Formats: sequence, structure tokens, C-alpha cells
Amino acid sequence: MGQNVIEISHLMKKFAAQTVLNDINLQIANAKIIGLIGPSGAGKSTIIKIILGMELPDSGSTKLLGKQMPNRSLLNKIGYMAQSDALYEQLTGLENLKFFAGMKKLHHATSLIDHIAEVVDLSDALDKRVINYSGGMKRRLSLAIALLGDNQILILDEPTVGVDPALRKKIWSELQRLRDQGMTILVTTHVMSEAELTDEVALLMDGKIIEFDQPEKLKEKYQVKTVEEVFLKAEETL
Amino acid sequence: MRIWMIAKRILIELLRDKRTLMLIFIAPLLILFLMKLVFSVNSQTDVTVGTVDVNSSLVEKLDSKHMKVVNYATEKHALKELNQNLDAVIVSENDDLDVTYSNTDASKTKFIKQRLQMALISTRLSQLTSSVKRIYSVPEKKFKITNHYQYGNEDTNFFDKIVPILMGFFVFFFVFLISGMSLLNERTSGTLNRLLATPVRRSEIVFGYMLSYGLVAIVQTLIIVFFTIWALKVEVIGNLFYVILINFVLALVAMAFGLLMSTFAKSEFQMMQFIPLIIVPQIFFSGMIPLETMASGVRVISYFLPMKYAGDALTKVVMSGANFADIYQALLMLLVFLVVLTMLNIFGLKKYRKV
Ligand SMILES: Nc1ncnc2c1ncn2[C@@H]1O[C@H](COP(=O)(O)OP(=O)(O)OP(=O)(O)O)[C@@H](O)[C@H]1O
Ligand SMILES: [Mg+2]
Repeated sequence: MGQNVIEISHLMKKFAAQTVLNDINLQIANAKIIGLIGPSGAGKSTIIKIILGMELPDSGSTKLLGKQMPNRSLLNKIGYMAQSDALYEQLTGLENLKFFAGMKKLHHATSLIDHIAEVVDLSDALDKRVINYSGGMKRRLSLAIALLGDNQILILDEPTVGVDPALRKKIWSELQRLRDQGMTILVTTHVMSEAELTDEVALLMDGKIIEFDQPEKLKEKYQVKTVEEVFLKAEETL
Repeated sequence: MRIWMIAKRILIELLRDKRTLMLIFIAPLLILFLMKLVFSVNSQTDVTVGTVDVNSSLVEKLDSKHMKVVNYATEKHALKELNQNLDAVIVSENDDLDVTYSNTDASKTKFIKQRLQMALISTRLSQLTSSVKRIYSVPEKKFKITNHYQYGNEDTNFFDKIVPILMGFFVFFFVFLISGMSLLNERTSGTLNRLLATPVRRSEIVFGYMLSYGLVAIVQTLIIVFFTIWALKVEVIGNLFYVILINFVLALVAMAFGLLMSTFAKSEFQMMQFIPLIIVPQIFFSGMIPLETMASGVRVISYFLPMKYAGDALTKVVMSGANFADIYQALLMLLVFLVVLTMLNIFGLKKYRKV
């Protein structure tokens, strides 16, 4: 295994005539939180789907933990949270968690589930059916499912949409704790204050990764005070 | 066991969805009951015939249980009544009969034709016997007819003929629809993608569906079978176990079919659009309409429809007490459908995850 946990090289993806990804290269080192930002429709979710093997690229390749994707058994090491909530609404929160724990073959996951429910502040709502959850509760349950298991990589597609500021803070400190334990985390977000909390920011525009560096370095380069301004300035100069 | 966990999840979702539960377990009973009512009314309709100048011995023979005969003075008069009160007018001219049918109901026309034929034969026969008797003076011998029915009794009607097929059809129809919708729902809500982001095998998903809908089908079959036997008083000559076995295999085929078709649908409405395409042909070729009467070119289609094999086998078991040797070929064909469709389903999930 090389030192890069995620290696994306020369990725190309077209949908009909539209070229969404045009020669994407990204090397992500171990135990880092990477923020993937870019305008809506830039192709962030598409990159994630290709990484997981749900979409096939037209050319190029992705390697996770040194292994070529798609690879089914590798999925056991990956926690994934999709942009849409994708929960079984007729089941309770607990039943959802247990089901996905079973899919990852975690059979005695009670204490793990308790801890994760604590992090996303759903301990009291676990016995409620998901259909009766609020939007933010669904988002948190969805995140909890992604956190299940013995993951080395977490891939989160806009995890904090609809989550209140206090809880958002709590979730980010959990992500940082997991990073400190050696997990690599790829997060997409439209909240630029969250991008400040990452170790490195990848800026996806016009089908290319136009910047990939620490937030501080990017601010220095663009001579601005926030990642938000970096984003806006980069979009202007494009 | 992932397969069992997936099956359990589907069953829990189903149990909490009261409307779907009713659709699977109660709706078939309701429809069967209604069909029994509709088809059990005496199919014999009564007809009225007007006669002009017809000789009285023939009129006497015609006038019977389901046929009323009214005599008219003139043909014009009688024809006026045709359509309103009369189904046919019989006019006699120099021993020839001239019959005009209203023909708004083909079955009535057919019935009158038959009766008229019979009456004519019987008048001629009695003339013949009396002349023979006059010559030879043979002692009269009375014949007595005793009817025996291998299946059912003298009240057996169209409903009894189609009920074995109907049992299978309901299993097929509802399992097809519900399982298809269930996977479709999983696809559109995104849970299928999420499921496929775990190390689950594609085959485990398909087998999980099979297991859960297999169990549903067993319960559904039991309910339908016992309802038809106890409430609708339909006689099953053969082994009940075979009836359940055939329905069970048919349900698995329906499920695999439903899952496969759901991959071609984008919404529940589009799933419904498969009903005329997939379900209706199954009715036509299931044996409810006798296949022997179809043109051989058309009949070939039936060999590609699982309902034909299930309908055949069910009819044999219910109506003539067929044993395993008589139905194993049909079961084998259903299994072929099942294996092919299952493989297609496992392959079809590749659309959502490439490994
Ligand atoms: N299955 C598909 N078929 C056709 N076009 C698609 C498909 N999936 C994505 N696209 C197109 O690819 C582009 C990128 O989509 P993607 O979902 O990756 O954007 P995104 O960066 O995640 O946007 P957002 O921030 O709004 O989530 C969009 O223009 C979208 O219309
Ligand atoms: Mg997206």
C-alpha cells in the first residue's frame, strides 16, 4: 500500500455530450480531512460515485488503499453517505442502523450504535419510525449509518445540510477525532466555514481540480481572508 | 446472514404497510368471491319465440322450460314484436320453416336453433316409431339416464373451470406488482445505491427478495386455497400440497419477473404500464380461454408465458387429481423461467454497481 489512501488519475466522465469531469487527478494522503468544493453541478457527486464504483469513468482510474476500484470487498472499509438521505422510512432509526450494520457484517454492534447515535444526537429518537423524522434528523441518521463499521475511509456528500450550528460543530469535532485515529475523510460541502475546518481543500471547477492545498495556503495565494472569497475569486477568473 | 437480514427488512416494511397487505391477502379473496357470484348465476337464459301457422305438435315440442312460444295470426304482426318481446319468429309455409332471429344475443340464437332442430328430429322420430310399432308391434322399452360427474356435480359451471387458474393468476399478479414496486421504491429512494455501497453481493439482494416474497407467497397461497375450498366450496380432487407447490414456484417466477421489469420503470406509474403488456397476455394464455381453439401460430406464444404452465398444472391437480408425474414437466418449465430471470436480475443490478 502506497502512502496515498485515495488516488485518482486522469479521470474523464461524459454524460451524453456534456463533459462533466475532464482529466481529474487527486492524491489524498492518510489521515486527512479533504474538502471537495465547487459550484453546484460541477461534478462532486459524480467523482464520489466513480470512487465507489457506482459509475464507470470513460477513462482514467481510481485506487483506494492501493487497490483498483470498483472492488466489492473494499467497500467494507468505506463509510458512505449519499447526498440524498436514502433511508428505509418504514423502519425505525435503530432498525436502519442495525440493517446497515448487518450488511457490513457487524453483528454485535450495540455499543457502537449507541456511541454513533450519541454523536449525531439521535439516542432518544432511535425507536421512532424514520418517516416521522424531521429533515435534519434524517440527515443525521444518514450520517450515523456512514459512520458504522471498521472504516478507513469516509466519503460524505454534503453531510451537514439541514443540521443546526451546535450539532454541526459536534459532528465536525467527531470527524476530527476520527481523523486523529487515522481515518481519511472526503467531504463535499457548500458551507465555506466548514471548508475552513478541513486539512486540505480541492476546488473543482469546469471539470478540473483547479486548486488542491491547505486552506491557509489558498487564502495566501489569492490574498483573501476566507475560503469563501477564494471560491468566488477563482470562479471569477475562470 | 445478509440474505435473511434483507428478507426480514422487506417483510417488516410490508407488515407496516397496511394497504399493501390488504392488496396481497384480502383483494384476491374479494375478487374470487365476486367472480363466483357473477359466474354462478344460471347461465341459461329464457327465450320467447313467436310462431305463425306452425303445426301444433311442433309448437308443443318447442314450448318448454326455457322457451316460451306465442302464436301470432300474421307474420307482419309477429315481426313487429321481434326485438321487443320476441327473440325469433318462426313462420311455416308449405311445411317449410322460415325463421327470423333478432340475434342481439348470439347465445339465444344458438339456443333457439338447437331447440328447433331437436323438436324437428323428435317429431320425425315419434312418427317413425309409431309406424314401426304398427308393423311389428314391439314392446316399448324405456331408457333411463343416470349422470355421473368425475369432477364436481351437475351445478359445475365456468367458475369452477377457471378457479384453479385464477388462484395461480392472483398469486402471479399481486406478487409481480408488489415485488416490482418494492424494488422500484428502493431504487428511486436511493436506498438501493446505499445498499450497494456496502460489501453486499448483488446476488444476496436478489435472494433476499426471493426469500421474503417466497414467504409472502406461501401465506397468500394458503389463504386463497383455503378460501376457495371452504368458503367457495370448490372441490380439489388432487393433493393440496401440489396446489401450494405450484403456486409457490409461480410466485417466485412472478417476483423475479417483477424485479426485472422494475428496472425498466422510472416510476410506479410506469410499473403499472406493464400490466397490459405482461399481465394481460398471461390471462389470455393461461387456459381460461381454451387453448385448443386458438390458431396454432398464436398458441406458440403461450409457451413463453409462465402462467400457461402453472394454469395447466393447477387445472390437472384440482380437476383430475394429477400426481407429481403429471405436473413435474410444468414445474420444471417454471424453474427454468425462475433461474433465467434470477440470473438476469443479478446481472441487471450491475447497472447500479459495477462489481
Ligand atoms: N446520471 C446522469 N445522467 C446525466 N447527467 C448526469 C447524471 N448524473 C449527473 N449528471 C450531470 O453531471 C453534472 C454533475 O452532477 P453532480 O451531481 O456530480 O454535481 P455536484 O457537483 O454534486 O452538484 P451539487 O453540488 O448540486 O450536488 C450535472 O450537470 C448533472 O446534470
Ligand atoms: Mg452533489
